[in-house]
Amino acid sequence: MENILGLVALACGVIIGLGAIGACIGIGLMGGKYLEASARQPELMNELQTKMFLLAGLIDAAFLIGVGIAMLFAFANPFVIAG
Amino acid sequence: MAAEGHGPTASEYIQHHLEHFTTRTQSGIADFSLSDPVLKLDSLFWSILLGVIGCFLLWRVAKSVTSGVPGRMQAAIEFLVEMVDTQARGIVHNEQSRKAVAPLALTAFVWIFLMNAMDLLPLDLIPNLWAAVYGAAGHDPHHAYMRVVPTADLSTTLALSVTVLLACLYYNIKIKGLGGWVKELFSAPFHGHGAMAIVLAPINFLMQMIEFVAKTVSHGMRLFGNMFAGELVFMLIALMGAVGFGSLGGVALWIGHVLAGSAWAIFHILIITLQAFIFMMLTLVYVGQAHDAH
Repeated sequence: MENILGLVALACGVIIGLGAIGACIGIGLMGGKYLEASARQPELMNELQTKMFLLAGLIDAAFLIGVGIAMLFAFANPFVIAG
Repeated sequence: MAAEGHGPTASEYIQHHLEHFTTRTQSGIADFSLSDPVLKLDSLFWSILLGVIGCFLLWRVAKSVTSGVPGRMQAAIEFLVEMVDTQARGIVHNEQSRKAVAPLALTAFVWIFLMNAMDLLPLDLIPNLWAAVYGAAGHDPHHAYMRVVPTADLSTTLALSVTVLLACLYYNIKIKGLGGWVKELFSAPFHGHGAMAIVLAPINFLMQMIEFVAKTVSHGMRLFGNMFAGELVFMLIALMGAVGFGSLGGVALWIGHVLAGSAWAIFHILIITLQAFIFMMLTLVYVGQAHDAH
């Protein structure tokens, strides 16, 4: 039982940590490109900003799905027999 | 359960807040039975109520619309409708379809925004009121469960994305014809001639099925993940406040809870709007993809 709880805790940490690495690098790259493009063509800044927010949501998607699953295991663990 | 006279422990508090008000307890992680369905009455009630409120609000404004100087409400709704219309024009290139798809996108945006906004209410407000009502009706108030954010429920978000999938299938068959669409299922994305076409057909079909399933599942789970994680952070912040309020040395925790709660709520206002916007945009993109030949 303690073994399962310990392993689940480690698993939650790994899910959130690895997901965060991917999401943050992705947003960083995209944000950098947006700033470059804004500097080159300031007249496109507003149009690109809408698309940038949309892309931010898409990049964060897999990470937040992982966070949702990790939170589920942390607080409502289906492997633990309730009692 | 907590012993009589003692409050709940930290994990009991969280688990109590995560339980749904269901018709019967669900055994296992997924239950698809139709004869004795597990209905989450709290998600159903709040989603239907918020849908009715959203429709009523938009109807009221549309009924009293003036071509003179608009009032603030009319100006706000016009801004919203124009935003959705601009996006729809850019993505769905078929005038006939836009008449149905643009209102679908507007509905998705307004309804999902209202459902997400339920997360900004104080965490214990409606559950405590519900526990009082439940107890007054003669049941045990310790088992009064109420989740007020319908989009933090995977059933609701997947239902929304399956509706978008059905709209895509409808438009696929309408624009390309049933025969044309079935042919495309077996000939796209890899085109071949003669014998190669027959070899590629099952691979193409598999890729198309994976594409439909992945788009639908990610569409629904993205919204669920964002809202569930946001709600859970609110629960943890509320827990900090509850613990801080209960002990003399916990005043710092209580002050921290007010600050953290304010900061997270302000950030969450951005998230709920953004997630509703993303859901709307992807609805338009997926239905638009049903119009293009691969």
